[in-house]
Amino acid sequence: MRDHHPRPALPPALHRGMTQARLSRRGMLQLSGLAAAGFALSACGIGGQKSEAVDAEDFWAGKEETGHLRFANWPLYMDSERTQLKKFTEATGITVDYKEDVQENASFFGKIQPRLANGDSIGYDMMVLTNGMELAKLIALGYLAPLDHARLPNFAEHAGELYKDPDYDPGNTYTVPYASGITGIAYNPDFVDREITSIADLWDPAFEGKVGMFADPQEIANFGLLRNGVNPAESGMSDWEEAADALREQREAGIVRAYYEQDFIQPLTNGDIWMAMAWSGDIFQQNAEEGTNLQFVVPTEGATLWTDLMMIPVTSEAPVDALELMNFLYRPQIAAGLTEYIGYVPPVPETQRLLRERAEDASGDDREYLEELSASPLVFPSDADYDKLHSYVTLAPEEQEDFNSLFQAVTQS
Amino acid sequence: MVKRKLVPYLLALPGWSWLALFFVAPIAGMLALSLTTGDVITGFRQTFHVANYVDAIATYWEQISRSLLYGGSATVVCLLLGFPMAYWIAFRGGKHKSTYLLLILLPFFVSFVLRTISWKFTLSDNGVVLGTLKSIGLAPDDLAVLNSAPAVVLGLAYNFLPFMVLPIYAVLERMDPRLVEAAYDLYATRTQAFLRVILPIALPGVFAGGLMTFIPTSADYVNASVLGGTHNTMVGNIIRTEYLVNNAYPTAAAITFTLMGLLLLGIFSYARALGTERVMEVQAR
Amino acid sequence: MSTDTAHPVRPDTTPRAAPAARPRRRIDWGKYFTWAVLAWLFVPITFMIAFSFNDVSGRHNVRWEGFTLRWYGQAFAYRDLTEALLYSLAIALLTMLIAGIIGSLLGLALGRHRFHGKNSTNVVMFAAISAPEVVIGAALLSLFLLAGVKAGFVTIVIAHVMFTVSFVAITVRARVITLDPKLEEAARDLGAGPWTTFRLVTLPMLTPAIMAGGLLAFALSIDDYIITSFVSGEVTTFPLWIWGSTRVGIPPQVNVMGTLIFVVGVLLAVVNVIVARRRR
Repeated sequence: MRDHHPRPALPPALHRGMTQARLSRRGMLQLSGLAAAGFALSACGIGGQKSEAVDAEDFWAGKEETGHLRFANWPLYMDSERTQLKKFTEATGITVDYKEDVQENASFFGKIQPRLANGDSIGYDMMVLTNGMELAKLIALGYLAPLDHARLPNFAEHAGELYKDPDYDPGNTYTVPYASGITGIAYNPDFVDREITSIADLWDPAFEGKVGMFADPQEIANFGLLRNGVNPAESGMSDWEEAADALREQREAGIVRAYYEQDFIQPLTNGDIWMAMAWSGDIFQQNAEEGTNLQFVVPTEGATLWTDLMMIPVTSEAPVDALELMNFLYRPQIAAGLTEYIGYVPPVPETQRLLRERAEDASGDDREYLEELSASPLVFPSDADYDKLHSYVTLAPEEQEDFNSLFQAVTQS
Repeated sequence: MVKRKLVPYLLALPGWSWLALFFVAPIAGMLALSLTTGDVITGFRQTFHVANYVDAIATYWEQISRSLLYGGSATVVCLLLGFPMAYWIAFRGGKHKSTYLLLILLPFFVSFVLRTISWKFTLSDNGVVLGTLKSIGLAPDDLAVLNSAPAVVLGLAYNFLPFMVLPIYAVLERMDPRLVEAAYDLYATRTQAFLRVILPIALPGVFAGGLMTFIPTSADYVNASVLGGTHNTMVGNIIRTEYLVNNAYPTAAAITFTLMGLLLLGIFSYARALGTERVMEVQAR
Repeated sequence: MSTDTAHPVRPDTTPRAAPAARPRRRIDWGKYFTWAVLAWLFVPITFMIAFSFNDVSGRHNVRWEGFTLRWYGQAFAYRDLTEALLYSLAIALLTMLIAGIIGSLLGLALGRHRFHGKNSTNVVMFAAISAPEVVIGAALLSLFLLAGVKAGFVTIVIAHVMFTVSFVAITVRARVITLDPKLEEAARDLGAGPWTTFRLVTLPMLTPAIMAGGLLAFALSIDDYIITSFVSGEVTTFPLWIWGSTRVGIPPQVNVMGTLIFVVGVLLAVVNVIVARRRR
């Protein structure tokens, strides 16, 4: 086919491409040569990913402060002034390049994994991820630096007992908490005219099409398990299958409106959903900032406590600086400032007292906010609440695929 | 002159190599990846494991077929909205033709993600649109649009409408109006004139617009995740999850390849049904 | 129908444009239909713009709480958002430049010359344009994974150039085909060498098409979410940031930036229309 007639811009040129395809089998043959080259390149597959486990002493030998640190955290997990980091720089002289690059545990893991496998820097010296599958993978793969607790005196002194020596990271070998939250039930009393107390309410046909569930496999699995009376932390394959069945039943009854990645607050506020699985801090913030009256409950069957953790990748270029920042964030006054902004459960119990004191010194709206914050069971759960809180099941990497596909089959229908 | 003969090759070289390196080679790489076995921990080895395809298709057939259905529905919606629009602008737009085209394109200066999220707010049960309709009694109180198949299809149609309008407009605009006049002179009715004269001329535009709409809509995942609910997951969502969340690269690559194969198959049968020869004939005029 | 009788390009045909030939005055349903669809297209945009003026107190910019210009004053309060926008702009500019140049050369070769591999190049270009974004993103990620390439700024630019270069090439090729070869012949007859001819005659005539192709590349690049999400590595672009911020609520600054980009687009378009009118 020759180009001998004038044609105007884009679309005709496009049909030409389309209609011409069958005329150019020869062209296709030319292409296949290229394809073969690409194929040859890739026939080798992707090599083994595991790094050698690192010994703490070996890792820290010869490591020194560099004066600069790159820190990856979740969006809006520190105020836009980065107050705590400024204070850190004032106190230590270490500058921090702070990036809100963690938006999802899994996809963040997907991004850093190839680099860690190559032993390359991931562009961050410290990061915050949730206790969950990705953490288990990072530990199993040997991608995390073992922490030198000699340099974390504030953690030893101020961290709450609940946050020390957790199942997912015995002895806090690789991680220390940044903030925690409860996954419970939130409902909007403007639409729900009875008190919600249990996970079973999420299965009530009266709320058909008005219930929101989380899409995250681990989060939703926990609720299925708790509904069946199983403690997530001690569950196994058959429990998971039964939980998935229960969740599927809930979906097929038309009760679930959508499975939310994280954006459940807005539909809950405007009535698109009436009740939902929810994170405590988000509900607290929403009520405090917008005067909404969303209710958060730790259901009678129990709920889960998750923790966002600070950790250092083995390829960190400033691990000592990272440790210093971790230690700094455990100063009670600093932790209190952080809690004031993010509204999640701080790993430092003393912050409650400090925030109360700040409330007394403040006035007007600030005072009201601080009083609410320091008294909130969502930020400072009571002992009774803590009794009902369970940890996630810690999955071995080889169990994860089955676990994921079981629950993704529920949420990705 | 040897040197002159080299000119086209030199001109084409950079673009050609870019496409070869970053389009053709990746597709081949993906094919290779789809046949590997393993996981992130132990690595992926080339085992020419064709069963990856069987597994992937068996597991996700529902989402794959749903994607084609949603993409097809969105394309039909775009055609129903876009054809009359393109027709009217081409024949009645007068001196404002370019202004109308501009108006169609303007919303697309706003980021795709932002536009789709904006729809979510707009369509909420008690939001600007439904809330108003409900308060004046034009809609039942329990009407919900968000998180449903229609919401996803409408979102897709919204985001890809210009891809339908512009190609159809382009062919209609070039058409010689005297052809229609001639039809009337020969006592054709409006319907006859439309079916016998305008439609055949518009067909290449419809064809191009259909493809430009169907392909991206059936492979999209943003609309399904923002506007969808249960039973609305599309194959794009699955591909994303398998690649970026599960790191199950072989499965992910196998689904992607299956999708591509199905689309190619669709394109060719579509071309045949519409009559490629005639489409080309029209163009050659 | 509009009342103008002299179409600037084809004055002899427009007044007799087909369906208008009917003598009776009828309701112009097409017009209402077109405007209705246009209104539909603008619904979410209106919403976005309105909420850039919303005096919200919390993080969820969903309910109307009063008018304010505050967010325009604090448009760049979120450093990461600003950075994401700058990344997006830088990537779009680079894409425009690289895709503009190599795409124009490719378009020139395809429109003007015959060479081996021309057919296959056309097929590849068509395939690259019509391949779904997920496929492109996934394929590039596969390649980068297999080759052990780190994803980041460079891989985003590579991906963006890849999926826009065909658009530029096609736009330029369409223009090259319509060029009158006699002009260049005339230049050569007057003693101009091939380079001089190209610089003084061909290039100026191609400039509008190159500009159009480049702008298209810019627009496609700055808007892209799906492909970028696969190859972005540690770089967060504007659309990626918006997507990520849905977790905690999209701040009004996003609406502000969306509105500003929209306004720039409107201005560019308006200028374009005015200039086009003047030229006639």
